[in-house]
Amino acid sequence: MALTFEDIARVANLARLELRPDETAHTLSQLNGFFALVEQMQAVNTDGVEPLAHPAALLGEVALRLREDIASEPNQREASQASAPAVERGLFLVPKVIE
Amino acid sequence: MTSSMNNLDLHDLGVAELAAQLAAGTVSSVEVTQHFFNRIQQHSALGAFLALDADVSLAQARAADARLAAGERTPLLGVPLAHKDVFVTRDFPTTAGSKMLENYRSPFDATVVSQLASAGMVSLGKLNCDEFAMGSGNENSAYKPVQNPWDTSRVPGGSSGGSAAAVAARLVPAATGTDTGGSIRQPASLTGITGIKPTYGRCSRYGMVAFASSLDQAGPMARSALDCALLLSAMAGPDPDRDSTSLDLPALDYAADLTAASQQGGAKPLQGLRIGLPTQFFGAGCAPDVLAAVRGALAEFEKLGATLVNVSLPLTELSIPVYYVIAPAEASSNLSRFDGVRYGHRAAHYTDLTDMYKKSRSEGFGDEATRRIMIGTYVLSHGYYDAYYLKAQKIRRLIAQDFQTAFAQCDVIAGPVSPTVAWKIGEKGDDPVASYLADIYTLSSSLAGLPGMSVPAGFGAGGMPVGLQLIGNYFKEAQLLGAAHQFQLATDWHQKAPGVSA
Repeated sequence: MALTFEDIARVANLARLELRPDETAHTLSQLNGFFALVEQMQAVNTDGVEPLAHPAALLGEVALRLREDIASEPNQREASQASAPAVERGLFLVPKVIE
Repeated sequence: MTSSMNNLDLHDLGVAELAAQLAAGTVSSVEVTQHFFNRIQQHSALGAFLALDADVSLAQARAADARLAAGERTPLLGVPLAHKDVFVTRDFPTTAGSKMLENYRSPFDATVVSQLASAGMVSLGKLNCDEFAMGSGNENSAYKPVQNPWDTSRVPGGSSGGSAAAVAARLVPAATGTDTGGSIRQPASLTGITGIKPTYGRCSRYGMVAFASSLDQAGPMARSALDCALLLSAMAGPDPDRDSTSLDLPALDYAADLTAASQQGGAKPLQGLRIGLPTQFFGAGCAPDVLAAVRGALAEFEKLGATLVNVSLPLTELSIPVYYVIAPAEASSNLSRFDGVRYGHRAAHYTDLTDMYKKSRSEGFGDEATRRIMIGTYVLSHGYYDAYYLKAQKIRRLIAQDFQTAFAQCDVIAGPVSPTVAWKIGEKGDDPVASYLADIYTLSSSLAGLPGMSVPAGFGAGGMPVGLQLIGNYFKEAQLLGAAHQFQLATDWHQKAPGVSA
C-alpha cells in the first residue's frame, strides 16, 4: 500500500508542518521506501499478544505511580518565560485566536 | 597550589585515577578543569561541544576544591565531565542539537545533571548530538557535524556523537549520553570507548528532552567499565515525584562490586559465566572486520573462564520496523510541544495561529526530525493505529519474550554493536532506510528495555575501533560492568588513544 500526495498533505497538516512543494515529492518517495520495510511486520502472527508499552511490564504489572496532588515546585515564572518568543506582562503572546 | 603532577598528563587519567589524585591533593579540581578546558579549545575542530562557559565550570571546580579541603572524600568529587545537550541545564544553554531550541535556557537541571553535580562533578559544557537524539552519525546536528578522533573524515556515531568523540579524544574523562535505540552503545563502539545503557527506568528521564518516552534512557560514557560504574552509581535511582516511569530500585555501588570481584578473581574470574551468541547477530549482515574483532574479544572471554553458547533472537530483523514505528510515534507526540509559543523558535512572518505553528515548526525542525514526525503522525492517525503502532507494540512483546527465552540458556548476550566501523562523513547520503538498517544489533534490546553496553574490542578496517556489545537481563548492570571490567583487566583495547589525543 503506497502513500499518495494527498496522504502527505493530510499528515503534514495534522503534524502542523508545512512542506515546500519540492519537499513533498521527496518525502513521499522516502516514506514509501520506509513503509515497504514496515510491511514486514504484517507477516508476524500477533493473535492474542498484548501490546508492550512499558518494557518492565514484561516482568509484571507496572502501575505508573502518582504523587500527592500538592504543589512541589517553586514559582519560576520569569525563568520559565525567559526563553519564550513573545511575552508581555507575564503572559505568552499568540496571534489572535478568536475573531 | 603547586602541582606535583605534570599537567600535560592529566587528560590521560580516567575518572577513578583523577579522583584519586584529587583526593590525595596532588592536583586541584580547578587545575584539572582548566587543563581539560584548554584541551577542548585546542580541539574545537572536532565539533564535540555546543556550549562552554569557563566561569561556570571554574566556579563548580572551586566549590569541589572547597569540599575536598573540608575533608570530603567521595568517588567523583572534583572530576570533570560534560553533558549531552539533551539534558537540560540551568548553567548552560540546551539545544538538543536543534535550531528549534537555539539559545534555550532551562529554568531547572535534569535529575541526572543535578545528581552528578551533587556528587561533586564539574560540568565542562554541553556536547553535540543528532537533533533530538535522532540519528546514528551525528550528521543530523543542526549546528555542525562531529568528527571521529580516530579519523576526522569519519563520523563518531550517534546520536551521542559529541559525548563519544570528546571522551575518545580525551577532552573529558567522562560524559553523559542517552540511548533510545543505540545512541550510547553505537558511538561508543565507533570511537573505541566504553558506554552503558542501563535498564529502561534505571535513571530518571526528568529533564531529558524527550524523544521516545518508552525507550529513552540515560547512561554514562567513559574510557573504562570502572569509570562507567562510578558514574552510573551517581546517575541511577528512583525519581518518584518527577519521572513516573523511573524504577523503584535504589542505585547500587557498581564500582565497589567491580573492585570486590577483581580481588577474588584468580586466573579465571569469569568462570561459570555463560555468554549467549545470537545466530542472527553473526550473519552475513555484519562486516568481516567487525566480526573478526568481536570473535577475538569472545576468545578472550573464554580464556577468562566464560563459556559461549548459541542462542536465537528470531525477530532481530523485525526490530527495525518495530522500532521505527514506535519511536517516531512517540517522537511525533513529544515534539508537538514545540509550537513557537512557550519556548523555542517562532517564525518571523505568519498570518494566523495555525500558520504560525506550521511555519515555526517547519523552520525549526531539521530533515530527520521532520521525517520522523511525519511517520509518527501517520502511524498514529485514524485508521492506521492498529495496523502500525499497536502491531509494533505487540511484536515488541514477542521480542522481549525472545530475550527471556535466550536468558534461560545464558547470563549475558554478546555480539557486535554496529555492522561496520565508522563511515565517512556524508557517505550515506540521503537514504534514511539505509541508516535505519545499520541499527539492527542495538534496537531489539532497546525495545525490550534491557541494559546493554559497548566495550572496546579491537580495530577493524582503516584502523577504526570496534565495540563488543554485551546485553544483560533486567537490572543486571552490575553483571555487565563486572564482565567488561574483567575483560579490561586482561586487555588494553580501552586504553588505546587516537592520534588526535596527543
